[in-house]
Amino acid sequence: MKEQLDYLDELEAEAIYILREVAGQFEKPALLFSGGKDSITIVHLALKAFRPGKFPFPLVHIDTGHNFEETIIYRDQMIERIGEKLIVGYVQEDIDAGRAVEQKGKNASRNQLQTVTLLNTINKYQFDACIGGARRDEEKARAKERIFSVRDEFGQWDPKRQRPELWNLYNGKIHKGENVRVFPISNWTELDVWNYIRRENIPLPTIYFAHERDVITRGGQYMAASPFLNMDDEDVIERKNVRFRTVGDMTCTAAVESYAFLIDDIIDEISASRVSERGARMDDKVSEAAMEDRKKGGYF
Amino acid sequence: MNILKFLTAGSVDDGKSTLIGRLLYDSEAILVDQLEALQRSNRKNDDGTIDLAILTDGLKAEREQGITIDVAYKYFQTEKRKFIIADTPGHIQYTRNMVTGASNSNLAIILIDARKGVIEQTIRHSFLVALLGLPQVVVAVNKMDMADFSEEVFNKIVEDYKNLAAKVGLNNITYIPVSALKGDNIVYPSVRMPWFKGSSLLAHLETVEIPVDTESDHARFPVQWIIRPQTDDLHDYRGYAGRVSSGSFRVNDKITVLPSGFSSKISKIELLDKEPEAALAGMSVTLHLEDEIDISRGDILVSAHNQPVVSQQIEADLCWMDTKALDTTHTYFIQHNSKVTRCRIKEILYKVNINTLEKEFDEDFRLNDIGRIVIKTADPLAFDLFQDNKSNGGAILIDGRTNVTVGALMFRANAD
Repeated sequence: MKEQLDYLDELEAEAIYILREVAGQFEKPALLFSGGKDSITIVHLALKAFRPGKFPFPLVHIDTGHNFEETIIYRDQMIERIGEKLIVGYVQEDIDAGRAVEQKGKNASRNQLQTVTLLNTINKYQFDACIGGARRDEEKARAKERIFSVRDEFGQWDPKRQRPELWNLYNGKIHKGENVRVFPISNWTELDVWNYIRRENIPLPTIYFAHERDVITRGGQYMAASPFLNMDDEDVIERKNVRFRTVGDMTCTAAVESYAFLIDDIIDEISASRVSERGARMDDKVSEAAMEDRKKGGYF
Repeated sequence: MNILKFLTAGSVDDGKSTLIGRLLYDSEAILVDQLEALQRSNRKNDDGTIDLAILTDGLKAEREQGITIDVAYKYFQTEKRKFIIADTPGHIQYTRNMVTGASNSNLAIILIDARKGVIEQTIRHSFLVALLGLPQVVVAVNKMDMADFSEEVFNKIVEDYKNLAAKVGLNNITYIPVSALKGDNIVYPSVRMPWFKGSSLLAHLETVEIPVDTESDHARFPVQWIIRPQTDDLHDYRGYAGRVSSGSFRVNDKITVLPSGFSSKISKIELLDKEPEAALAGMSVTLHLEDEIDISRGDILVSAHNQPVVSQQIEADLCWMDTKALDTTHTYFIQHNSKVTRCRIKEILYKVNINTLEKEFDEDFRLNDIGRIVIKTADPLAFDLFQDNKSNGGAILIDGRTNVTVGALMFRANAD
């Protein structure tokens, strides 16, 4: 019988290969860590790529201040467990310094302000490559994203300037001031990530699993009731069994009603589900080209 | 379950986007919210059904122009396989995009319009698929609904294509008559073409065998990174991190380090806390050697019994990908696996007119031009010929002035 790699082995090997290319090609890379399942998966892949050595990059978390408490607890425990360096960029600091302006109104969110803090953090530490957990299956504008995606000194992504990527040869040459966003799990789907997390027994923040929570309904979706959400008399708080499919800012990450308490339940739920995970992100709903516009402005 | 990466070659007019849309739609890979976005976008077919082509048009500029201008990757999965589609435009001005898509695929679907048959672009697409050495080809004869689902029409196109395939050197071809618009033979077998005894396109994609390069006689391992913790308890630890590009390595295998030529034996294979017996093509691992040798990123570990060529002058096929023409007086960078060195194009042997397959002899090498050149490199490269071992026979050219990838190289002969 022919020896052949299983699809998860193949995806894993590709991601490890990409992480090692970052280590080999860049002077000051960083791993953008959001506390979500995709960046948690990348941390796990980095362990496979570099242990028993240290990571050749720090983890960077852009903190909006509107976090789910569970992700911060998870983050700090994980850092302690793996013993790697964490750098936190605070959106609040940019707001206090007047570099970022808080949105107003009912759907106010700090999601877009993250871009300001991200770019400031990149400049401050002179990062030349930022590893992220974006996947091409998430959204149409991401389908054409490169593995090595060049950003100019303003953090902008220009679809016309992207380099052809042939075979597995990634060109990381850049001019001073530019940086590259690197996406090692570009070729994974949401289901692939979950199957891998199950296979590798990777621990996750509890909000990914079904739990009881106070929510309000906005645009047909459940939002976690929190002091960060601008509420008025029309908003009714209900207690629901929910879980989150992505982890972002509390003001823009919607929950889905769920009774998936275990990872097997989640995989069953996703396999049967007919709503894609970005469908639960208020930030994409604005317009069909929403993601593309944000990426041009330097978003992850 | 494994992964099949495939490329679709054709133009908007051939219904390429509709074909991909149909594959995703009928295999139920489209999710409700994406479907809603589809319906919101107001593009409909003449008969009022959803225009499935919208599913693959990614960027705003492209939606406005109504054509895809880049490589878009799409994902879907059935119970048998995970699929990655490289969707690339078919017009001649996007040759570089198709070359890029083909370099990341192991099967190509070549679309032919049943009413038009084998035309200039079919020749071009087939040439590119052969150039990039794709091991499997599907010729999908589309728009059969507009050709009365005629067996004669289909057979005539198959005969014509066989001549072309022989000319460009393509093997392993499967022919399928389809209607992407109506769904015939895409996911479900067509009831309107009972004369066709083969599988539907999806059934074929689910079962077609892709050769796996795990034969151990040309084991190659480009070194990406050296793991040296230099801690008290791991003072002497030295691991070579990389991905097996072809063949396989086992503990005790004799290896040679190139270009230096030092020999040693594999003492251990590691992947985090596991120690697999063998490292197969495609696996990312850390290798340990019995002897302490000076090895750095850019070196390659190879089977001692089957070594690649080491040379500084190589004859190669070149696809030019930059708007600025090739400059034979300029020094470029060449990236071959983890090795980067300087190089110059010493000689342009010929160019190929990819519409007619005729050789041309002129000095200019411009965007989308393809031809044979001789390259001279500053440091020696340890390479295989592309036709023998793709994974160690391709390279890219980078222009140091812009840092852009300007060319794709397929090594064809040692010119030393």
